[in-house]
Amino acid sequence: MLAWRSLIHDKVRLAVTVTGIVFAVVLIVVQLGLFFGFTAATSSLIDRSRADLWITARGVPYIEQGVPFTERKLATVLATPGVAAASKYIARFTQWKRPDGQQETVQVVGVDLQTGLGAPWNIVAGTLDDLRKPDAVFIDEIYCQKLGVDHIGQIVEIRGRRARIAGFTRGIRAFTTSPYVFTAFKNALDYVDLHEDQTLYLLVKAGPDADLDSLQLALGARLTDVDIVTTTRFSLMTRVYWMFTTGAGIAVLLAALLGLVVGVVVVAQTIYATTVDHIREYGTLKAMGASNRYLYGVIVKQAVISAAIGYAIGMFVSVFVVQGSEQGGAAIILPPWMMGAMLFLTLGMCIGASIVSIKKITRLDPAMVFKG
Amino acid sequence: MSDVAISVRGISKTYAQGEAAMRALQSVNLDVRRRELMLLMGPSGSGKTTLLSIMGCILRPSGGTIRILDRDATNLGECDLPRIRLDHIGFVFQGFNLFPMLTAAANVALALDLKGVPRREAAERAVALLEQVGIADKRDVYPADLSGGQKQRVAIARAIAGDPPIVLADEPTAALDSRSGHAVMELLRQLAHERDRAIVIVTHDSRMLTYADRVVHIEDGRIVREHKRVVVHDDVRVPRTRVVGESVRAFPQPAYELGA
Repeated sequence: MLAWRSLIHDKVRLAVTVTGIVFAVVLIVVQLGLFFGFTAATSSLIDRSRADLWITARGVPYIEQGVPFTERKLATVLATPGVAAASKYIARFTQWKRPDGQQETVQVVGVDLQTGLGAPWNIVAGTLDDLRKPDAVFIDEIYCQKLGVDHIGQIVEIRGRRARIAGFTRGIRAFTTSPYVFTAFKNALDYVDLHEDQTLYLLVKAGPDADLDSLQLALGARLTDVDIVTTTRFSLMTRVYWMFTTGAGIAVLLAALLGLVVGVVVVAQTIYATTVDHIREYGTLKAMGASNRYLYGVIVKQAVISAAIGYAIGMFVSVFVVQGSEQGGAAIILPPWMMGAMLFLTLGMCIGASIVSIKKITRLDPAMVFKG
Repeated sequence: MSDVAISVRGISKTYAQGEAAMRALQSVNLDVRRRELMLLMGPSGSGKTTLLSIMGCILRPSGGTIRILDRDATNLGECDLPRIRLDHIGFVFQGFNLFPMLTAAANVALALDLKGVPRREAAERAVALLEQVGIADKRDVYPADLSGGQKQRVAIARAIAGDPPIVLADEPTAALDSRSGHAVMELLRQLAHERDRAIVIVTHDSRMLTYADRVVHIEDGRIVREHKRVVVHDDVRVPRTRVVGESVRAFPQPAYELGA
C-alpha cells in the first residue's frame, strides 16, 4: 500500500521512471531482436536447406566464402551407405543490372530442384516448378524496389546473362546488403561464372536410420580435400563469423547493453530521488520500529511496480516495432522466450537500481525525526 | 510487573564535534511510571531531545543503563532496538510526520501494518482509534486537508495504534494554536491516566504545565529540578481528584560545573 501510494503520489516522477524503463525495454528488445534477426539471416540458407551435412572445399569458414571443387565427388557421396539424397549447391555474389542500368550486387543461390535441398521457402508468387524453366529466378518481394523489379515475367540481367522473374518469396532477408536470387543449379553456373563440372557445396540428406556421426566419418573416409560439417555446425560457423568476427554482432549487443545501462541509471536515479524526497517518512517508520527488511520491502515493491508498468508498455511498443520491421530490410526477431526473459531482466534491472536507495535507508538515523 | 515503565540510571551522552566532544547528557537518573504524564522542560540545547531519544531506544547512551518495562535495553543489538520501539513505544512528533500520500485512517493503519496486523483488521482498528481521538469523520481525508490539531490527533492515534505502554512526544503542541494545543494535551493526559500509559513530553510551552503529573527541568545535560503534583482521593466512593499541593525537589549543582 505504502509503496504504491508513494509512487502515485508523485505522478510526474512515476512517469519519468516508467519512461526510462520503457526506453530501456524497447532499446534492449530492438537491439537483441536485431541481433537475433541478423544472426538468423546470416545462416538462413543453411538452416532452411533441409540438408543434414554440408560438404565444402577445405577450410571454408562460412557460406559466402565457398570455394569451387569438382562436382564428381557427388557420385561418391551418393554411393555412400546412409545417404538418402545429395545435390550440388551454389551461393555466390555476382552482379545484377537493374532496368535503369544501375548495378547491384546479389547473391545467387543455385539449387538442385530434383532433391529440393536448399530450395527457396515462403514462396508467395510462382511455384518451385517455375524455377525449372530456363533463366527463371526467384527474388524476395522486399527487394523488388532495390532490384528494380515490379512484376513476374520481367526480364533482368545477371552478370550479362538473361534472367526472368518467375516468382517471389517473402521474408528471406540477406544479412549483407546483397539480396538472394534463387535459381536452378544449371543457371547459377552461368550467373556466377563456374564451370559445369564445379560446385561450391554438396548438400547431403541422411537416410532415416542413418547415424549422422557415422555418416560424417564414412564420407570423410571416401572424400579428400573437402570438409564435411553438419548443418548445425556450418550454421554456427557462419553466424559466429558474421556476428563476432566482423564485429557486427558485438555492435548490436553493445547497443543492447547500453539500453540496459541507461535503464538502470534512469530507474536508479528516479527511485533514489523518490527515496530522498520521502526520507523523513522513512525516518519516521524507522523510529516507529519498522525493520530494515520492511523498509527494503517498500523500496523493492516500488521498483517492481515500476518495472511491471514499464515492461508492459515497453513490450507493447516493441511488438509494434517488430511488426513494422517485417516490411523493412532488417528483421527484428522477438521469440516468445525473450518476452519472458525481458520481464525478468526488467525486474532485475529495477531491483538492482533500487540498491542505491536501500543503502541510503540502511544508513538512515531514526533520530533525524526529532531534528526540526 | 513493576510500575516503572522507563528507568534510566547514570545516563550520559557525548557527541563528537570535530576533534572536540560535546556532552549532551551527564549522569541522568530518572524513572517514568505508568499512568504518569511527565513533562521534560528546559532551554534549547539542554539535552531534552537527546534524553527523549535515548528513552525511545532511538539513540544509544555513551554511558549508564536504560530499562524499558524491566528489560535492560542498554546493550540491545541493532535488530532488537526496532522491536522494542515497535512493541512498547509510541512516538508523537512536533511536525506530525504523517505520510502525505495516505489518508488519516491509512496513516494510523500503517502502524498496525508494521506489527503484521492483517490489512482489513488494521483498517477497522484505525477507524476505532480515530474515533477515540475524536476525528473519525476525517478518516478518508489526506493530511494536507487537515488542520494542525487534527493532524496531531492522527499522529497520536498512530502512536497508540499498537497499544504501547509508553508514548514519547516531542513538542506536540509547538505547531498548534492554543486551543488545539490544550485539546491535544488533554487527550494525552487521558491516555496516561485512563489507559495506564507512561507519557513523556518534551515541551517549551509552560501553558501545558497544568496537565503534567511531574515536570522535570533539565539544563546543560543534567536534571536540575523536579516538580511533582500531589493528588489525593478525598472520597473513595466518589472517584474525583483535586490538587492539594506540589512537591518540589531540587538537584544540587556541583560547584565545579556551575563555575565552568
